[in-house]
Amino acid sequence: MKSSTLRLDHKMILEWVRPDSSVLDLGCGDGELLDLLVRERGARAQGIEINDQAIFQCVARGLSVFHEDIDEGLTGYGAKTFDYVILNQSLQQVRKLDTVMQESLRVGRQVIVGFPNFAHYRARTQMFFLGKTPVTPALPYQWHDTPNLHFLTISDFVSYCRERCIRIEKSACITDTSEVKILPNLFARLGLFLVSNCTPAG
Amino acid sequence: MTVESVKTQFFQFAEPPDPLILESGEELGPVTVAYETYGTLNDQRSNAILTLHALTGDAHAAGYHESDARPGWWDEMIGPGKAFDTDQYFVICSNVLGGCKGTTGPASINPASGESYDLDFPLISISDMVHVQRRLIDFLGIKKLLAVAGGSMGGMQALEWLAAYPERIGSGIVIATAAKHSPQQIAFNEVGRQAIMADPLWKEGCYGAHPPAKGLAVARMIGHITYMSDTSMTRKFGRRVGENGRAHRFSSGSEVEDYLHHKGRHFVKRFDANSYLYITNAMDSYDFARGKDMHQAFAGLKAKVLLMGFKSDWLYPISQSREIARACKQAGVDTTYCEIDSSYGHDAFLLEIEEESHLVKHFLLKVTRALARAHGEAA
Repeated sequence: MKSSTLRLDHKMILEWVRPDSSVLDLGCGDGELLDLLVRERGARAQGIEINDQAIFQCVARGLSVFHEDIDEGLTGYGAKTFDYVILNQSLQQVRKLDTVMQESLRVGRQVIVGFPNFAHYRARTQMFFLGKTPVTPALPYQWHDTPNLHFLTISDFVSYCRERCIRIEKSACITDTSEVKILPNLFARLGLFLVSNCTPAG
Repeated sequence: MTVESVKTQFFQFAEPPDPLILESGEELGPVTVAYETYGTLNDQRSNAILTLHALTGDAHAAGYHESDARPGWWDEMIGPGKAFDTDQYFVICSNVLGGCKGTTGPASINPASGESYDLDFPLISISDMVHVQRRLIDFLGIKKLLAVAGGSMGGMQALEWLAAYPERIGSGIVIATAAKHSPQQIAFNEVGRQAIMADPLWKEGCYGAHPPAKGLAVARMIGHITYMSDTSMTRKFGRRVGENGRAHRFSSGSEVEDYLHHKGRHFVKRFDANSYLYITNAMDSYDFARGKDMHQAFAGLKAKVLLMGFKSDWLYPISQSREIARACKQAGVDTTYCEIDSSYGHDAFLLEIEEESHLVKHFLLKVTRALARAHGEAA
């Protein structure tokens, strides 16, 4: 696959993942990212997904996937079973966010988190000038019909990591096409983080 | 398209002085195995798939026998271009040990007496069934199966293959099954067995040419109730009155009664009552993990697993499939697990062809690629 056709978030994640590692993608959707990691990084990949149509697509790509709710899906795994646990665009949709984060950090040596930034300036302007719940390309849902349960910003996540003693090893704040270096909490549509536990287990 | 007209073949082993040693320690022999094959075994003998039938199935999984009005029991899944594509794969199906469709069972002739075994036939287990299948695979000259696949009791056999002969299979396709029966599942089987044994014609199993047809029909009726869901029954029958009116004074004349009577009558023509007792006993006694934690039984398994359950199945509820999935996960087995939306109940595993086909077809391609890669690395 040509890298120019890649989604930028996928491209960043691909850069972060070491070759031949094991990956668990929570909320893997149709398996596009996992497929990429298998082909480009030789990853041993496992997905968890709740939507059966998405599962059929994963299977058509030759991926192994569990039909399961992420909120319950991690308990079966032992500590540090995977090199990476990925929560790309799914963390904001889980019910028990804190539990899922802690479980991900237990099961994975490192955790990759990607989420839409609620403090993006387009969201802010809609809130401020229209007084309405924002609908943007990164947050495309109407308030009454959204899978998102948590609305977090890049700054929120950074504070969360500090409070929970989660180490941020890498981060990238991006739009659809480029990385945002200046005022990321205002100008970035997506936040991507590579995190791990501060106190290394074992 | 369906496979060309097919014939059942027979393989015999365990002749004296080498009887088959059963899980119970008892001996049995000689043993005849009825089996059918579809498609062609390739030169590397690497494209063989063993399909495993459920409680009342047989070796005739696909295509038509000369006298057949209907094709084999999994014909929608096995054939050219189908999920188990006979243009690519060599598909095998055999009748289980204890069965009554060509493989040695209680109705077979006991060489010691020259008469049918009846209750002199030893109790058999799912593990014995799988052992016999392995002997058939040896006989066919196949070192490693690409996959074993089955639903319901066929799923139990697929699990047992994973436990007993993991090095002989590339993958297991396990559909709508349980690692061991729950009290509810045992209870339904026990009612079926009691119905057979309460029939005065059963005569401690020595019924000869006059089988306990009423008892066996009741057992089958109970079975059919558990194979359907409330929704699928309502959709199929509603409260319509059946064509045959009231079968007896206390009948409401509902169509569902007609249906059950018909199924019962039809079943006794094709199935042996003692086989029903032996096979349901094997299912009820089965425990994949042999009393241990299930993930220990999966530990170190290299074969890939495709696991499916159906949401409206209340005989083999989805929680049992989830339990198997969780154990696979814990053991680090390369597993795909899918819960399929269906209103058909347990019957779904024979009816939800589209979803099943999609999953099986792509899964088999993956397994084929992985085995070819492993073979390449070894060479």
